[in-house]
Amino acid sequence: MSRTRLFSVNVVVSNREGAGDPEGETIYRDLVSKSGFDDVKSIRSGKFLRFDVVATNQASARKLVASICDELRIYNPAAHSISVECA
Amino acid sequence: MTGGLRVAVVRFPGSNCDSDAVRAMKAIRGVEPDLVWHEDGAILGYDAVVLPGGFSFGDYLRAGAIAARSPAIGRVRRLADRGVPVLGICNGFQVLIEAGLLPGALLRNSTLRFVCRWTTVKVETTRTPFTRGMFKGQVLRMPIAHNEGRYFPPESSLKSGELVFRYCDEMGRVTRASNPTGTTGNVAGICNREGNVLGLMPHPERATESVLSPFSSEDGRLLFESMLLGD
Repeated sequence: MSRTRLFSVNVVVSNREGAGDPEGETIYRDLVSKSGFDDVKSIRSGKFLRFDVVATNQASARKLVASICDELRIYNPAAHSISVECA
Repeated sequence: MTGGLRVAVVRFPGSNCDSDAVRAMKAIRGVEPDLVWHEDGAILGYDAVVLPGGFSFGDYLRAGAIAARSPAIGRVRRLADRGVPVLGICNGFQVLIEAGLLPGALLRNSTLRFVCRWTTVKVETTRTPFTRGMFKGQVLRMPIAHNEGRYFPPESSLKSGELVFRYCDEMGRVTRASNPTGTTGNVAGICNREGNVLGLMPHPERATESVLSPFSSEDGRLLFESMLLGD
């Protein structure tokens, strides 16, 4: 039997392009850009979730979390995009 | 059993317009609304279902996303498949979206603010059980009170028969100024392809008695009467 251990998997849910992101736009326009950080060209906001999961390796931990995100509709595919990455 | 029309109003942890919906429907002769806890199984014998407004599960993750996985929604899905009218108001609309019973998404208002005000909406179709007692183009006054009501359509876009209510001005003109939340195309309410599942952001139950409204609007009654009595 392969040995298992705990992996952290980070999930970020954000609005797709086209769905708008008033929070990210406001942070960019009224805070960062207004403060003179001209090298920053855009900001996207999103929701962050960290899953700590038991798995045999990073790839299977990531795969498990990705499938949970689909099955439980952690994001709404009509409006969101999602990234699932091992920490 | 007294032979009346039985309506289940499903109560989630955080629902707060449930009693208002019951009161609005109790005023209609022959209608027997019941409050049903979302974990209780007994909704399959009902003639109609209302998912009320308020909040659910703290609206964590997204408004309606956790309630959409509750036992009641599995049963609501079966009732909807049978053609039973299912009405989702505000948070109830968000639950129907997150359950996939209605297409698209409800995102945060473009102002990022909770918007609480009276609105006017225009009836876009009378093919649904909820609007069959109205006429196309009719303007209704109902209030809204929500933070996530910016409708975003699915990639396949909304079919014309699925659009039920749009925000408009008092003359029925669909204008940018009459759009309170930045919702796409002024969408305030949509239905499924069959027409028996309706979700809307305005609160018809808060517009059923003239004393509730600065405009003495009882327009919300039309929706409940249409759903429960026909035209």
